[in-house]
This record gives sequence, structure tokens and C-alpha cells, in this order.
Amino acid sequence: MYKNYFKILTMLFLAFVSSKNSYATLEIVITEGINTARPIGIVPFKWKGEGPMPARLTNVIAADLRRSGKFNPIDASTMPQFPSSDGEVDYSVWASTGVDAILVGSVEEYSINRYLVNYELIDVVRGQITGGQTQILSGGKLVSTKDHVLEAAGHVINGDQFRNHSHFIADNVYESLTGEKGAFRTRIAYVLVREDNTALPFQLVVADYDGENETVLLRSDEPLMSPSWSPDGTKLTYVSFESRRPQIFTQDIYTKSRTKMTEFEGINGAPRFSPDGRRLAMVLSKDGNPEIYIMDIASKQLRRMTNNRYIDTEPSWTPDGQSLIFSSERGGKPQIYRVNLASGKTERLTFDGEMNLGGTITPDGEQMIMVNRTRGNYHIARQDIKNREMQVLTKTFLDESPSISPNGSMIIYSTLHSGKQVLSLVSVDGRFKARLPAADGQVKSPSWSPFL
Amino acid sequence: MRLNKIVKGFVIALPVLTLMACSSGNKVEEQAPETNQGAQTDTSGSSNSGSNAQVGAATQQQSPQEVYREELAAVQSDQVIYFEFDRSSLKSEFYATLDKHAAFLRKNNTQRVTIEGHCDSRGTPEYNIALGERRAKSIETYLLNAGVRSSQISVVSYGEEKPAVRGSSESAFVKNRRGVLAYR
Repeated sequence: MYKNYFKILTMLFLAFVSSKNSYATLEIVITEGINTARPIGIVPFKWKGEGPMPARLTNVIAADLRRSGKFNPIDASTMPQFPSSDGEVDYSVWASTGVDAILVGSVEEYSINRYLVNYELIDVVRGQITGGQTQILSGGKLVSTKDHVLEAAGHVINGDQFRNHSHFIADNVYESLTGEKGAFRTRIAYVLVREDNTALPFQLVVADYDGENETVLLRSDEPLMSPSWSPDGTKLTYVSFESRRPQIFTQDIYTKSRTKMTEFEGINGAPRFSPDGRRLAMVLSKDGNPEIYIMDIASKQLRRMTNNRYIDTEPSWTPDGQSLIFSSERGGKPQIYRVNLASGKTERLTFDGEMNLGGTITPDGEQMIMVNRTRGNYHIARQDIKNREMQVLTKTFLDESPSISPNGSMIIYSTLHSGKQVLSLVSVDGRFKARLPAADGQVKSPSWSPFL
Repeated sequence: MRLNKIVKGFVIALPVLTLMACSSGNKVEEQAPETNQGAQTDTSGSSNSGSNAQVGAATQQQSPQEVYREELAAVQSDQVIYFEFDRSSLKSEFYATLDKHAAFLRKNNTQRVTIEGHCDSRGTPEYNIALGERRAKSIETYLLNAGVRSSQISVVSYGEEKPAVRGSSESAFVKNRRGVLAYR
């Protein structure tokens, strides 16, 4: 009896932990899209110090670029040479490998546990044409430039910053070559259900976008749902059933302090921070039906946005903060609608397929990502806001909870694979697909952080 | 196992309930095993008699508490109502079950029941929370129409978050689309 009692007491205990696991639960398996990616040479950086190199930055950089779906870093064994700076590059041998850009660099000891990391991103095709030297007329004189060096920088970092700095370099390479901001220094929040942990199976987890540095923010014996980031990336809002009914919380991911936002009768669900961070959109059924509300966080005052006897749920802010899109079955089956906050005017956005649910607008405001059901299959789909053309992006099973990367290039979502809920990635253009299988448990409700 | 579940239920509820509710929970927890033992002794006593004499037994008067516990156990043994895909209307085959719960709740009009609404994993989690609430509410409406007080009923939707059976087969879906009448 005592033993039982003790077990139950520990079940009740909601742990606020920030213990870092030494292993990553999620690992990325690319399933489609390598053929269309652009080959690139990420040359292993030269270590200019004593003993072994403290970290291999280029492994992380290459993995980031590969996972973006836009690049295919060639294997180091196929590289013709290992230059560490522009001066050492033999442009003609690189041009024959088919890559059009290479990243070279070096790491040296700067002071105790401080390192200087230099890198250069080189357009080898341009380098071959100009022989590494271009002469341009400047102020009436011919001066030589190095316009084939797209990017060159040096930074001093601490010994524990290698991983983050690798993501930083990958961000710069990505932006330089695509014109779009990289999203490699971002995080994802998700819910992990650990069936092996019968006392506290439901866990709210935050990890780097690549699954590293996994941190459990909350463990509970009752379900956790719908984590979503504040626009400054310091807070999460989510739903917890820890009191045997749903309540909306916000929690600071660094200080662990958390605030209960709602505990109304009925549904308290689907909270989403407004783009200015001052309001929460949410679903409450306190007045009888699931309706969309907006809460002013400071005053906790509520504004009701829908009013009918049908299900209205899954509010999501448009990037300008002027409207909400949401799912409603007012027309029969659930479809996605948009309501203008100022005028209250509501219009239906989706018409293709049996149902459309869980909509989010891309950061540029031009596309909507959603869950589409056609012939009973639930897939992630994209719809152009202007011309309303829809394209199904995935072929996986029972897809749900899509969340878009802050640069608008990638979607993370939850799907069923071999009977388990796992996270998957698909690029917004639908070409690149990858799976993030978890070591144990069901993984769901992913939410991609803003730029951090 | 079932007893263990009930006990667990009470103990889990402990900290959230008031002190008064606390003590009443403890009472049930302690008394339940004793009554079971008593019943067992009775039956073994009567079957042991090997003589020719006919033994007549007067019907033992059950205490109201014993009656309550038996009835509670009876409704708890039939507490799950299943639904069709994407539907929240009650199937007539479950009316008999719901009538039993309604009768029990009418008789014990301070007894509370939590109606849990659940869904299979198709559709989005948020939509399923709404659908689960609708399922729980159709059970609630049935009980209210059968004369149960609204103060006795609370409704909570778990959507697809607490499946009875893991997996994505049709047989798992069938078992997960359900309403549960939970007495704690």
C-alpha cells in the first residue's frame, strides 16, 4: 500500500527539469530529394594546433546544408585537394568535380579554451574564369579584386561553441548561395509520449532543429498538447491536462517560470502567440461550443471571434497580425477560413478535398500550409493564397500538426511510420523529404521556433 | 485490478480535493477489502455443510453502503460507449448501458461522474479535441434527459491523446472512438 501510494505521489509530481541528455532522441533520415540538390564541397577545416582537433565543424555544416534539401555536400573522399584558404585552391580541379562552390577554413588556438575559426566560401567556377584575380577599374586605376570569394570571415569562439558556430557558418553559406536566410540556429518544441515511463509518460521537449541538445521542460502523467513559441523565442504556450482537465499555460524556457492562462470549463486549447507577442489566440468551449478567442495577455481580457454552433478551432495568425485563419465545419466538413480582426469579416479559403485542417500561413504571406484529406488520406498540402491552387506535398500516413521553419523553406509535421508517431520534414516545394525517427516513444505536435 | 484502479483514482484525486473529500476517499479505500472478505466467508460456510439437514438462510440485509458499492461496481463494469467515425451521435445499442448509469446516478444524486470523450487518431489533434467534447456531450445530454442532475456531470475531452489501443489499424480505431463514464 505504501509502495503504491509513493508511486502515485511521484506520478503527481510534475517535474520541471532541464537536464540535458547526452544523446539525441531524434535522428534525421532523408527519404527523398537528394537528386535535385546542388552539389557543394565542404572541405574539412584545417587544424593549426597541437594534438587532435577539438571539434569537426564541417560535419555539422555539411549535415545542415544537406538537410535543407537544397545542397548535396560531396564526400570528402572524392575531393581533389584539401585547401584551407583561397590561395591554396586549384580552381580547375574543383570545376571538374561538378561542384560550383566550396567552403574552406581553418581552426587555430587563440588562447586557453578559445579558438579562431576562419572560413571562406568560394565560387570555383568564377575562380576558374578569372584565375582568382579579377581586375576592375576603380578611381581610374586597375585594381585586383577577389569577386569569386563570396564570403570570408573569422571569429573567436569558446570551446563549447563549436556546434552553434557550425550552424552559424551554415546559415551564412545558405544565405549567400540561396538569397534566403538560413534556419540552422533554430529549435523545435514537441510532445514526446514515453510508453516506457509509466509514471510520467507525457513530456514537453525542446531540441535544436537537428534533434541535438534535447531538453525536457515538463513531465506529466496526463496529456500535454499544442506547444507553440512566442515570437521572441523565449516562451512556449501549451495545453496541459495535469489537473485532469485542459488548461493553457505559458512557460519561460530559460527560467522555467510558468503562468496558467486559462482554466475555463470545457475546451481550453490550441493557444498561439500573436506576432507582437502580446495576445494569445485560443479555443474555448466555455459558452457551449468550441469558439475562437483572442486573449490580451497583460489584462487577460477575452475577445470572441466566432459565434456559431459548429466546431471552430486551430487559430493561426497571419504574419501581419491583422487576421486569423482557423478550421471550421460551418460549411459541413472542416475547411479553413480567415477572419479579419478589425472588420470581423470572414471568408472561406479552402475548397479542394473532403476536409482541410490545421492551416498556417508562410512567413512571406503567400502560401498556406495545411492538412488536406482527400479520399480518406490525410496529407500535408500547400495552397497559394492568391490563385488558390493546391498541391499535396506528402505521401506519408495520417499527417498532422504542420509547422513552418522561420525562413519559410521547410515544414515539420507529425506522421505515422511503422505504427509509431514520428516527426517528418518536407520542403515547402515538396521536393525534399526526411524522417526524424525517435529512439523511443511517440513524437507529436512539433512547433518550429522563430529565428533565435 | 479493478479495485486497485478505484483506489488509485481516489488517491490521485487526493491533493486536488478538499480535506473533507480526502477523508471520504480514505474511508472507501480501507473498507472495500473488508467487505470482500466477509462475503467470501459467508459462501464457504454454506457450501461446507455435508449433512442431510436442509439449512435455510435468511436473506442478509445489505447495508446501504454495500448496495452502493455493488451498484457502482456494476456500472463501472460497463462504462464505455463506442462511436462511428467522425460521428458523435449515440448508437441505440448503448441506450441500455446509459439507462443503467442514469438509474444509478438518479438513485445516488450526490454521485459525480466524469464523461470522457475520445477519438481515433485520424484528423488533427485540435479537431479531435472538439469532436471528443461533442461525443461526451451527447452522452451528457442523454443522462440529463434521463433525469440526472447537471451538477453530477462533468465533461472532459482527451481527443486522440489517450488511445485505449495503440496502432493505426481499423480495429484500434474502433476501440479508440469512445466515451467513458468515469467514477472517481
